[in-house]
Amino acid sequence: MSDDIRTLTTRLAEEPSSLAFLELAESLRQRGKLDAAYKVARGGVGRYPGLADAHDLMARILSDRGDLAGAFDAWSDALRLDPLRTGALKGIAFLYFRAGDVAAAIGHLERAAEADPDDPSIHQALARVRRESAAAASPAVAVVDAVPPVDAVPPPAPISSPPIAAAVPPPPEAPAQDSPFTAGAEDERGVLLVDANGMRLAGELSAGDGSEAGDRVAAQLAGVSREAARATRLLGLGSWQSIAVESPGAHFILTAPTAETVLLVTRDATFPMARVGLIAERAARTARSWLEQVG
Amino acid sequence: MSTVAAGLDRVTRVPGVRGALIASSADGLVVAEQLMDGVDGRAVAALAGSLIARLARTAHGAGLRPPVFVHLRGDDGSILAAPGADGLVLLAVVGREANVGLARLEMLAAAGRLA
Repeated sequence: MSDDIRTLTTRLAEEPSSLAFLELAESLRQRGKLDAAYKVARGGVGRYPGLADAHDLMARILSDRGDLAGAFDAWSDALRLDPLRTGALKGIAFLYFRAGDVAAAIGHLERAAEADPDDPSIHQALARVRRESAAAASPAVAVVDAVPPVDAVPPPAPISSPPIAAAVPPPPEAPAQDSPFTAGAEDERGVLLVDANGMRLAGELSAGDGSEAGDRVAAQLAGVSREAARATRLLGLGSWQSIAVESPGAHFILTAPTAETVLLVTRDATFPMARVGLIAERAARTARSWLEQVG
Repeated sequence: MSTVAAGLDRVTRVPGVRGALIASSADGLVVAEQLMDGVDGRAVAALAGSLIARLARTAHGAGLRPPVFVHLRGDDGSILAAPGADGLVLLAVVGREANVGLARLEMLAAAGRLA
């Protein structure tokens, strides 16, 4: 273990609430210790969910690990918290470029250039993307490397690797499916979409004994949404955004993809809650798109 | 300082926490509280207590055991809840920039000492 990592590890152990996790996880990432970097960053994101740096760091680690869908979500979270974050804009541009969406890649790079006009790497990336966009249809290595995210090692997957298919929203003209969660973006089981009257719209949920519990849980969820809305409004906390529930054996998160629906995502308790939150955000986006199509 | 008061004190020392209280989940009665001005403890107890009870029913419907921690996030802050023994629940109201991770750890520790 190098001295700086040992020093940072000690500092984080002595003061778990410090921001030393940012430097430690980045040092581990740069040394290729991706599992360790991921664990440190995961703790930091859980502790500081409102810190864009933490999500940006997590995205770089996930990108290095080849989890491009996860990286996309993490960079999206960073941008939600800090819309002018050039590292996240460049990272998403990189992912869009890998997915073959050159226009989206250029759009994100142009936003990055507006946010930081003095960063020459952004202009270089823009020039390369524009120059090489004509060759985007062919899986040349030069094209894949055209938009490297900040300090990130490009994942080894080929340009059409499956994970990015889950990261990029489906085209709006895609036909509506029976369920939003069967297209590969999310597991059907463990995700439940419910309408305002407590009726199940999509998804499945199993009880501990393996029996189907979706309808039973759906009936409770409409009331949960109303109570959550009432509590946050009356306590001056605005509209409710999510409810994270830790239970022995499972974590679940409730969100409202639309004003008239509630989404429940549940995972085994070994899943970090922050990770379940990311899955729920992605599932909510999927549900919203699906509702627009079927509605 | 009593165990209950010490627990509330540790929770309210976390940056961004506007107040914490212990209430009876059955009737919403406030047992102890440390709140900043403007935070209505009785409203928190009543509103959050009812929600926690419903979430417990939801968890039961899914074949899960009762929740040990709940984080209701709003646009401008959150309500945190850690149910304890004997029908008591530890509640906290926190701002948007609060250190929720640290508050959670303090609340779980404090809730474990409720009796």
